[in-house]
Amino acid sequence: MATFGNLSDRLAETFKNLRTKGKLSPADVDGTVREIRRALLDADVALEVVKEFTGKVRERALGDEVNRALNPAQQVVQIVNEELVAILGGQQRRLEFAKKPPTVIMLAGLQGAGKTTLAGKLAKWLAKENHTPLLVAADLQRPNAVNQLQVVGGQAGVAVYAPEPGNGVGNPVKVAKDSLKFAVDKQYDTVVIDTAGRLGVDAEMMKQAADIRKATNPDEVLFVIDAMIGQDAVATARAFQEGVDFTGVVLTKLDGDARGGAALSVASVTGRPIIFASTGETLDDFEPFHPDRMASRILDLGDILSLIEQA
Amino acid sequence: MADRTPWSLSGALRGMFAKRTIDDDTWDDLESALIRADFGPTVTEEVVDDLRAKVARYSTTDPRDLQRMLREVMEERLAKYDPTLKLTERPAVVLVVGVNGVGKTTTIGKFARFLKTFDRTVVVGAADTFRAAAVEQLATWADRAGVDIVRPQHEGQDPASVAFQTIEQAKARGTEIVIIDTAGRLQTKGGLMDELGKIRRVIEKQAPVAEVLLVLDATTGQNGLAQADAFIQHAGVTGLVITKLDGSAKAGFVLAVQEKTGIPIKLIGQGEGINDLTGFTPHVFAQNLVG
Ligand SMILES: Nc1nc2c(ncn2[C@@H]2O[C@H](COP(=O)(O)OP(=O)(O)OP(=O)(O)O)[C@@H](O)[C@H]2O)c(=O)[nH]1
Ligand SMILES: Nc1nc2c(ncn2[C@@H]2O[C@H](COP(=O)(O)OP(=O)(O)OP(=O)(O)O)[C@@H](O)[C@H]2O)c(=O)[nH]1
Ligand SMILES: [Mg+2]
Ligand SMILES: [Mg+2]
Repeated sequence: MATFGNLSDRLAETFKNLRTKGKLSPADVDGTVREIRRALLDADVALEVVKEFTGKVRERALGDEVNRALNPAQQVVQIVNEELVAILGGQQRRLEFAKKPPTVIMLAGLQGAGKTTLAGKLAKWLAKENHTPLLVAADLQRPNAVNQLQVVGGQAGVAVYAPEPGNGVGNPVKVAKDSLKFAVDKQYDTVVIDTAGRLGVDAEMMKQAADIRKATNPDEVLFVIDAMIGQDAVATARAFQEGVDFTGVVLTKLDGDARGGAALSVASVTGRPIIFASTGETLDDFEPFHPDRMASRILDLGDILSLIEQA
Repeated sequence: MADRTPWSLSGALRGMFAKRTIDDDTWDDLESALIRADFGPTVTEEVVDDLRAKVARYSTTDPRDLQRMLREVMEERLAKYDPTLKLTERPAVVLVVGVNGVGKTTTIGKFARFLKTFDRTVVVGAADTFRAAAVEQLATWADRAGVDIVRPQHEGQDPASVAFQTIEQAKARGTEIVIIDTAGRLQTKGGLMDELGKIRRVIEKQAPVAEVLLVLDATTGQNGLAQADAFIQHAGVTGLVITKLDGSAKAGFVLAVQEKTGIPIKLIGQGEGINDLTGFTPHVFAQNLVG
C-alpha cells in the first residue's frame, strides 16, 4: 500500500546500510527479510508460503555462498529472485497433447475465475496452431453458461458441443462423456471442456468435477484462478487438488494491478506448473506464463533488480 | 448452499483459546489467523497491538478474555458505518459496479427478488452489452425474480443509453426501483472506468442515483482496496456488497475498505441461489469471523 512506499523504496533504504558493510550480519538479514515478508503479504502470497520462503532466503543469505562480484545488498536481491523463480516453476511448461487424438482439456475453478472465457481463448489459439478444437458446454448450472460458451465459440470460430440447454437442465458428466464420442466421429482433435464454477468447500460439486474427470480421462486438467485472490488461494488450490486434481494452472485477469501472490501460493502448495496467463477479456488476451516476469511483478522486483546494477 | 466446512478465526485459533494462559505463541497465532483471513499486514498489526494493550491494561491472562475482546474490537470497527440502503426516491435508481466475475449480475437477481418480497415493483436494465450472453443471464434472473427487464435494442448498444431507457420505462410505468447491471471492468482500465462516469451522468439526467453498489468478491485479497479506491473515484460508490461468503474466504480486507473509504457494507451474498442475500449485520459478521 502506498502509505508504506513500495518494496523497492523500503529495501533501498535497508540496503543503504548494507552496501557499506563487507559481510551480512544476522541483524542486516533480519531487517531485509522483514521487509520482504511484508511485501509478500501485501502481494497476497499465502502466509505459509511466505514463512517458508523467507526462511530459505534467510538461510541462504547467512550461508557461506558468497558471490565476490556482488555486494551484500545485491546478494540478497539475487537470492530472493532466484528463489521466487524456482517456486514459480523455473521454465515454461507447454500443453501436453495426446498421442492418439482427441486431446482432452478440462477446465475447473472457482465461480467467475474466467474458465469460459479461457475456453474461447484456448480454442482460438488451438485453431491457429492447426488443431481442430471442440468446445464442450458442461456447465449446466450457471444461468446461461451454455449461451455464453456458444457466443465465445462463435467469436473463436470453432464448434461447440452443447446438447443440453443448461440452467439446471442436463447432466454435465454425461455431456462431457458423450462429447468424446462426438469428437472422434467428427474428427475434432482437441476437446476443451468448460465446467461450472465451484467452491472448494462444496463437496457435492467437487465430486461432480471428479466424475467429469473420471468419465473423460483428460490429458490436461487446468485449474483456473483469478490473480486477485487473497489468502484463500491455498485452501482453494488444495481443495481442487484433492477433489479433482489438476495438471496445470492458468492465472487470469493479469491485465489488472493485482500483484498476483496467488501464483506463488498455488505453485508452491500444489507443485503444479502455471502454464498460461490470461490478460484480458478478448480472445487474444492470452499468453504462455513467464515465471521470471511474474517474480518481478509479485515483489516489485523490476525496480529492485535494477538496484543490482546501481549498487 | 454449499455443504460447508465453517472456517472461523476461533477455529484457526482453537489451540490458542484452549490454552490456559496467554503467551508469546498466542500473539503469533492471532497474527497468523488475521493474515489468513485477508485483513492484510497493516490492519493485522493494528489489531494485535490494540489487543496486546488491552490485555495489559486489564492484566488478564485468560485466552477467553482475548477472544471476547477480539470479537468486540472487530464488531466495533465494523459497526462504525450505517448499512441501510437508501431507496426512498421514486424511482430509486441503483447502479451496480465492480471488477469482472465478482457476482454483479447474480446479486441483482437476488436483490430484485428481495425487493419483490417487500412488494416493491422493480425493473432491471441490461447495460452490460459487452460480455458474452450477459443480457440473457440477467434475463434469466429477472424471470426467476419475477421482475421486468429492459434489454438493449441492438447488439453492442451504448450501455448508458440502455440505462437511460430503463429509467424512462420505469418513469412511464411508475416502477419504484430500477437496478442497472454493468459490465465487469478492472479498475486499471481508464477508458472503461470513464464509461461508468458517463453512465452515471446519463442516468442523472433522468433521476438522481439512489445507490451505487460496488460488488467485492470475498476471495479477493489486498487488491480489494485498489478496486474500492478507483470505483469510488469514477462511479461515486455509496455501498459495498460482499459476495461468495459461502466459501472458505473471510474477506478481512473489507474492514480496511470500510475504514479507508467510509463507505458501508450494505449487502452480503452467500450462494448462487436467489435467496442467498442478506443485509449486513456487523455483529453477525464478527461472530462468524471470531466465533
Ligand atoms: N480483465 C479480464 N477479465 C477477464 C479475464 N478472463 C475472464 N475475464 C472476465 O471475467 C468474467 C468472468 O469470466 P468467465 O469466463 O465467465 O468466468 P467463469 O470462470 O467461466 O465463471 P463461472 O462459469 O460463473 O464460474 C467475465 O467478465 C470475463 O470477461 C482476464 O484475463 N482479464
Ligand atoms: N458461491 C457463490 N457464487 C456466487 C455468488 N455470487 C455470484 N456467484 C457466482 O459467481 C459467478 C459470477 O457471477 P456473475 O453474477 O456473473 O458476476 P458478474 O460480476 O456479473 O460478472 P461479469 O458481468 O462477467 O463481470 C457465477 O458463477 C455466479 O453463480 C455467491 O454469493 N456465492
Ligand atoms: Mg463459466
Ligand atoms: Mg455480469
